[in-house]
Amino acid sequence: MSSDWPLWEVFVRAKGGLSHRHVGSVHAPDAQLALAHARDTYTRRLEGVSLWVVPSAEIVASDPDQAGELFEPAESKIYRHPTFYDIPDEVKHI
Amino acid sequence: MATVAVDPRTEYLLRLGDDALVLGQRVSEWCGHGPVLEVDISLANLALDLIGQATLLLGEAGDGDKLAFHRDVLDFRNCLLVEQPNGDFAQTIARHLLYTTWQHLLLQRLTRSSDKFLSEFAHKAVKEVAYHRELANEWTIRLGDGTEESARRMAEGLDWNWRFVPELFEVDESLQAAIDRGIASDPRQFEAEYRSAIATVLADARLEQPAEQRPILGGRRGHHSEHLGHLLAVMQFLPRTYPDATW
Repeated sequence: MSSDWPLWEVFVRAKGGLSHRHVGSVHAPDAQLALAHARDTYTRRLEGVSLWVVPSAEIVASDPDQAGELFEPAESKIYRHPTFYDIPDEVKHI
Repeated sequence: MATVAVDPRTEYLLRLGDDALVLGQRVSEWCGHGPVLEVDISLANLALDLIGQATLLLGEAGDGDKLAFHRDVLDFRNCLLVEQPNGDFAQTIARHLLYTTWQHLLLQRLTRSSDKFLSEFAHKAVKEVAYHRELANEWTIRLGDGTEESARRMAEGLDWNWRFVPELFEVDESLQAAIDRGIASDPRQFEAEYRSAIATVLADARLEQPAEQRPILGGRRGHHSEHLGHLLAVMQFLPRTYPDATW
């Protein structure tokens, strides 16, 4: 039966103010039951306050064969990290 | 076997507690056997909610473990609907729809019970059961308005369980006494709402309402179907065989 059902990616917002994070996937015949399955599978231990489900087929993924050109050029550019500033002691929460 | 007469409040706690315990045990039989993994988890969640409700209710009625594991079948006060066999998934959903709709309407009213424990219990459980009802509605509609086979199975599941609905609205002397004291809610007051809610779901599911059948009553007095004894045998075997077992 589940092989007939599409796959849905599940995103959970752990609490207000945080973004939804990908937690896994469920099979379900439609969006409403995908939400129910996501609720029952991924939020039974108070993990979240909000759920998104997205048809897995709608996710556009990068091509692993292009990983070289897409990601490796960032490797040698440490100056892109904001770690070259002296932060005054009075500034909190950085 | 004649049961010791108990006061209306304890009797009411036993009835609601046994409903939750027996249905929880029934639904838990699906664990590891669900049609798909996701549904298996959904059903296990329903069962756990119900066992949790039973723990609270039977714990308030007396020694919860003793009541659950050391009582004989004739002393159980659950309605006949909840002890009916799972059958296939559609039959399980049909039973759940018919019970959980009733339970939800009841709990909404029990939040205003004059009894502090029952009112607090209802506030907690009504949210769980609202979800159970929603899930049962959704699955009834999917199966009824699904394939020819799923519609047939759903209709057969409803047909099996339909004759146990009138018992949910039966008011005997003990329940009347609990109603008079403001502890219990009179189920007759929401029977029309129940019937219309079920009719709406069945219409959405493109299912015919089952033909009226001769009602079967008696669960609240301990007159159970053969199915309950088998359920209890499985549930009670361990604590009865090893009364001192701990884990």
